[in-house]
Amino acid sequence: MSELTLTVMRLGFLAVLWLFVIVAVQVIRSDLFGTRVTQRGSARRGAPDRPQQQQRQQQQAAPPQQRQQPSGRGRRGAPTKLVVSEGTLTGTTVALQGQTITLGRAHDSTIVLDDDYASSRHARIYPDRDGQWIVEDLGSTNGTYLERNRLTTPTPVPLGAPIRIGKTVIELRK
Amino acid sequence: MSSSTTNTTTISTAGPPSRRNTELAMLAFAVIIPVFAYANAGLALSDELPSGMLSYGIGLGLLAGVGHLVVRKFAPYADPLLLPIATLLNGLGLVIIWRLDQSRRLAVRAEQIGQTFAPSAPNQLMYSAMGVALFVAVLILLKDHRILQRYTYISMIGALILLILPMFFPARFGARIWITVGSFSIQPGEFAKIIIAVFFSGYLMVKRDALALASRRFMGLYLPRGRDLGPILIVWAMSILILVFETDLGSSLLFFGLFVVMLYVATERTSWIVFGLLMSAVGAVGVASFESHVKVRVMSWLHPFAVYDNPRPSWATTDQIALSLMSFGSGGVSGSGWGQGASDLIGFAANSDFILATVGEELGLAGTMAFLLLYGLIVERGMRTALAARDPFGKLLAVGLSAAFGIQVFVVAGGVMGLIPLTGMTMPFVAYGGSSVLANWALVALLIKISDTARRPAPAPAPSTDAEMTQVVRP
Repeated sequence: MSELTLTVMRLGFLAVLWLFVIVAVQVIRSDLFGTRVTQRGSARRGAPDRPQQQQRQQQQAAPPQQRQQPSGRGRRGAPTKLVVSEGTLTGTTVALQGQTITLGRAHDSTIVLDDDYASSRHARIYPDRDGQWIVEDLGSTNGTYLERNRLTTPTPVPLGAPIRIGKTVIELRK
Repeated sequence: MSSSTTNTTTISTAGPPSRRNTELAMLAFAVIIPVFAYANAGLALSDELPSGMLSYGIGLGLLAGVGHLVVRKFAPYADPLLLPIATLLNGLGLVIIWRLDQSRRLAVRAEQIGQTFAPSAPNQLMYSAMGVALFVAVLILLKDHRILQRYTYISMIGALILLILPMFFPARFGARIWITVGSFSIQPGEFAKIIIAVFFSGYLMVKRDALALASRRFMGLYLPRGRDLGPILIVWAMSILILVFETDLGSSLLFFGLFVVMLYVATERTSWIVFGLLMSAVGAVGVASFESHVKVRVMSWLHPFAVYDNPRPSWATTDQIALSLMSFGSGGVSGSGWGQGASDLIGFAANSDFILATVGEELGLAGTMAFLLLYGLIVERGMRTALAARDPFGKLLAVGLSAAFGIQVFVVAGGVMGLIPLTGMTMPFVAYGGSSVLANWALVALLIKISDTARRPAPAPAPSTDAEMTQVVRP
């Protein structure tokens, strides 16, 4: 066996061994480099849905999140935040980033309502495939009202329309 | 409830990725590398592809495949890296052992001392198969790692028995760490490290608040109360006794180190580490000053090349450490290449305790670093599992198992490289030895089981009873 072949094989083996190490590190890179923090709001329009890929490691820590809707944000006229305008939580805002927002008295809700007239899992607000935000009543006791109508089916939410849950009113704003 | 009409979609949460396909791909990679190494060693040694290459490759591939299928079925959310890295290390160990089997020097040496030279690689392949069988058995039989919590004190007794038993068997190679029954011998210490990690996690889970909070502050350190010192003193005394009666420096270091690590993790008190280091230093110095076997180890660590002095000091009986250091030195950065080193000069234990010297010589610094990183990745995955685990017992057990693994690698690699005195332990997965391979496969199985539980998505919350308390609006 010629010297050259052996050298090539020797270095080739080391390269392959290191390739394995590097691929292994790639598999767990979110552990080592942390998850990518996306800016709140609409600053990162062009950001591809990388975060979704990196959430995998922390699935159990965070509540299960919806699949990102790339077209959901950055659209003209799309709401960027949810504002509580009446009730004990008045003034609370939550940035809309394509994830489902659950409302209710249950402790794992996105917005935990301190409202005797709200059910523990009262309603949820989520973007549909086109990025339109939908509000859906989750079988609550006292119902969810959009403007003045009690919801029976998931309904698109216009910008600024009041959603009433018990004594709490929330709306979507730009 | 969530009725959807035609123009809206009900969005369900995306299922969390189980990453089993990543594992499969990594596993394929992990089988190809040893096959490549095998071909490489064969070509270098005898100019032809080794005849057993196909069977070894298929054997390793089958073991990996069985492991993967069982993980897919019984631990679908397990960590994707533990199995591939263990397979890779095991496969590379097989190649190194096979390569040392080809050494004519070892055969001649065996004949000189009146033994028949038997190749070790087929045995090691059999041990690997048994190891994977144990891995499979643990994954299938252990439904939930929390079951182990029930056996806290039983495992303490079991570990003590396993550690004490070898005292009643004759010493082999200067250490009483074997149980010999007929021609069959096992090293119970390898299994004891898993069992004792179970005991420590069960014990510390219950006692950690007392250990962490009931303490006085003195010079920035939290001094534990006298009665809380009890367990640490017992473990310390036990590890000293192992050192004295079994002259096994490695196990003693491993158990005491494991206990200190787990105490620190359970209580977050730096003072335990300070105490642990002080106590182990005192113990080690004390024992080393009067126990002759340990003293020899320390002296040959401090003066590895004294064996070549003229006249030779009386304690310098073996040149293994010197040869091992020379192996690392002649390997250089990129090594001499598979099959082209002279690490077989080490002779006895070249394929077990000193196997890292072969890596150092034939793969060089680059290969040794890769090996250490692979071990580091297993430890990292274990720690990551501990972070993700939701139950305190699982957290402590994952920390304990990965710490035991890490300490063992440190103790062996440090000994072979001359960083600390040489101890009689084996490099996990790589070194020749049935007990070691079996115990480490069981250890990885436990880590996989814990990581499966940790990464498994939480079940949907049960309908809350709060809903009934919601006041109804009277129209």
